[in-house]
Amino acid sequence: MHESDFFFQAFVYLAASVISVPIAKRLGLGSVLGYLLAGIIIGPFALGLIGEEGQDVMHFAEFGVVMMLFLIGLELRPSLLWKMKRSIFGLGGLQLVLTTVLIGAVALMLGQKTSEALAIGLMLALSSTAIILQTLAERGQMKTAAGQASFSVLLFQDIAVIPILALLPLLAVSGAEHAGASGHEEHARMIAGFEISGWVQVALILFVITGIVVVGRFLSIYIFRIIARTGLREIFTATALLLVIGIAVAMEAVGLSPALGAFLAGVVLADNEYRHELEANIEPFKGLLLGLFFLAVGASIDFNLFLQQPWLVLGLLGVLVAVKFSVLAILGRVFGLRGGQGMLFSFALAQGGEFAFVLISFSLQNSVISQEVSGILLIVVALSMAITPLLLLINEKIVQPIIEKSTNERDADVIEDSGNPVIIAGFDRFGITIGRLLFANGIKATILDDNPDNIEVLKKFGVKVYYGDASRPDLLHAAGCENAKVLVIAMSDKQKSLQIVDHVSREYPHIKIIARSVDKTHAYEYLKRGITDYDHDMFGSSLESGKKVLCQLGFNEYSAHRAALIFKRQDQLNEKELFNHYESDEKKYILEARRLSDDLERMLKNVNEQSIHESDNAWDNTTLREEVRMMYAESGKNPDSSDG
Amino acid sequence: MIQAVEGQEHVTVRYLYDLYPDFYIDVKAEQELLLEHDIIVWQHPFYWYSAPALLKEWIDLVLEHGFAYGREGNALKGKQVLTATTTGGRMEAYTEGGHNRFTMNQFLAPYEQTARLCKMDYLPPFVIHGSLIMNEQDIKQVSEDYRKVIVSLRDGIFDVKDLMEHKYINHILT
Repeated sequence: MHESDFFFQAFVYLAASVISVPIAKRLGLGSVLGYLLAGIIIGPFALGLIGEEGQDVMHFAEFGVVMMLFLIGLELRPSLLWKMKRSIFGLGGLQLVLTTVLIGAVALMLGQKTSEALAIGLMLALSSTAIILQTLAERGQMKTAAGQASFSVLLFQDIAVIPILALLPLLAVSGAEHAGASGHEEHARMIAGFEISGWVQVALILFVITGIVVVGRFLSIYIFRIIARTGLREIFTATALLLVIGIAVAMEAVGLSPALGAFLAGVVLADNEYRHELEANIEPFKGLLLGLFFLAVGASIDFNLFLQQPWLVLGLLGVLVAVKFSVLAILGRVFGLRGGQGMLFSFALAQGGEFAFVLISFSLQNSVISQEVSGILLIVVALSMAITPLLLLINEKIVQPIIEKSTNERDADVIEDSGNPVIIAGFDRFGITIGRLLFANGIKATILDDNPDNIEVLKKFGVKVYYGDASRPDLLHAAGCENAKVLVIAMSDKQKSLQIVDHVSREYPHIKIIARSVDKTHAYEYLKRGITDYDHDMFGSSLESGKKVLCQLGFNEYSAHRAALIFKRQDQLNEKELFNHYESDEKKYILEARRLSDDLERMLKNVNEQSIHESDNAWDNTTLREEVRMMYAESGKNPDSSDG
Repeated sequence: MIQAVEGQEHVTVRYLYDLYPDFYIDVKAEQELLLEHDIIVWQHPFYWYSAPALLKEWIDLVLEHGFAYGREGNALKGKQVLTATTTGGRMEAYTEGGHNRFTMNQFLAPYEQTARLCKMDYLPPFVIHGSLIMNEQDIKQVSEDYRKVIVSLRDGIFDVKDLMEHKYINHILT
């Protein structure tokens, strides 16, 4: 490529990204869709700024996927990976097999030969790691159940690519020309230019993987240390890149997927102390390369072919997405992804992936499929990738709200009055600790919560939680307010908590209320209703952390503890005082904002009074020392002299 | 025992472990109460030949220099201090030849001297021995004795000189 050409291309790609991605983000479409649209715009069909070389760029940019899997590996400790084995092999395996069979069946019906149909099924069963992981990460959904399940499936697909690559040439054998068979077989066994036997290949694979584990686990730390000691940032960056590229080269040499190798290396390095440094160095490259990859995918969509057979392409696209979606939805249910999570999982993975591009061109070379079929397949896969962000958007804006509504409209559970002495209303982080303390002391509590997800999770741990809105009088009655001694209002909803207070103190005056307050005004509203046993929901833990800070700054444990106690006591006193202020202000109808700023000012002024030195004379012997000195002075002796 | 005196007129009961479960003693409030009263009773079980930790903390913090003792510390001058305590061991154990090798009065020397330093009068202690083997009847009896002692002290019935002659204040009732 000519040098000025290179700069022009770089300019086009970068400009397209810089302009389109912020706009897409602003419109709430996500970066992936922004890249894809920009790719379409600069591609041969629209502006024509890039042409055939787009394919080369795509192959180059696929390396972004390798880097992404390396980074994901870094976040996954081996123990965590081991825990996911059921979803990787069970869910991932079933997804691949079922989707292959169904898509293959459709291909058969459309008149393809068995071998072709199987090949097409295998190609299209794979989903797009790049698009899914990038999109989920951008929305912060990687850690959700759906995110984890998606990742498991994608990981299995990455593993499956290897046997699929080995299998495709064999499909050509059972296909038409027998003559070429031996040639293909040869191809399968040609590795790094040498003709080798299957056993040697297995040995080589084991050797490379062992190498990655040994180097990553035992040697890398020394290498990174030496490099880091040079103090040259770019050399560390170069080392990080060298590591990932080296792995990719080694994996390709033995016929494995570079992405899988990079992922493995990432997992091995997850405990490494240079992990974050590695992450920081690889991250920008990954981002840019993935962006480039999406641009290239957008540019590669052959709209001319699309315009020739628009209904065929759209029809196939619909069938592809529908088949993949149904398989995923069923499997998601079987593997415990309920409601919204199951939908997210199914929408996320319902497209063809970048591996399909590789497999399609590989199959074409091996004449498993015809030129015509491969063209159609390419555009269907590219379009399916392009609509994924749209599907996810539909899921988020339309499907999820419907699911949420239907789950929230679920009727409140029927509560048997168990005669428990304690009722806990609201069981999030705040209520859970209270519940655990009670359970640990053998005290039974009736628990109410109105978050269905919460209830499902707690059920798994054997905690019986009744679904329902605790601010409903009939529910409180059913929960056993008649006989309970204590009601804990542990919900974060201000309005509801106050409603409960009003209702309970009217109907069940015998019950002692312990309440959670989320801010000052909430506390004042409690005080107004005569509830003095309330706790600010962050206060205790903040105070504990504050104590630790004091300790780090040289306070001994006990003085820090005491300083925190004094602060707490003083804060409580101030709050009661401010409450009077609050009440009288309210009577005077002074604007809320004015009152709050006034309160804040008073609070800040009070900080001085909360100093340990002003209010705590414990063990302070200054005055005693003065008096002893005076005594000595009167008797004419020097307290500091040795005869004293 | 405490129930026998709680609610009596001019008697204030302070359950320190209820008031200060986190050992954070409100020194000011305690000092103000001391000023309002003439007789201070330290009532506690006898743990390891001494008072439980919180009462020691109370003494450490509330009896401040400049308040309770020292050149300027005359706030408690002339008040009376009584230790009221219960031991598991029998009376014979608290003799020089006994199991515990020292008498109660010897064990209570630090409290006596603390009172002395604060210019207060340390009365002979109210001591109940063998508390672990008591039956309902015994408990009723000692509680009644205790009530009598406290009420009599409150009303100033005892002759202080005579009082000081006794080893335990309980003996004045017999």
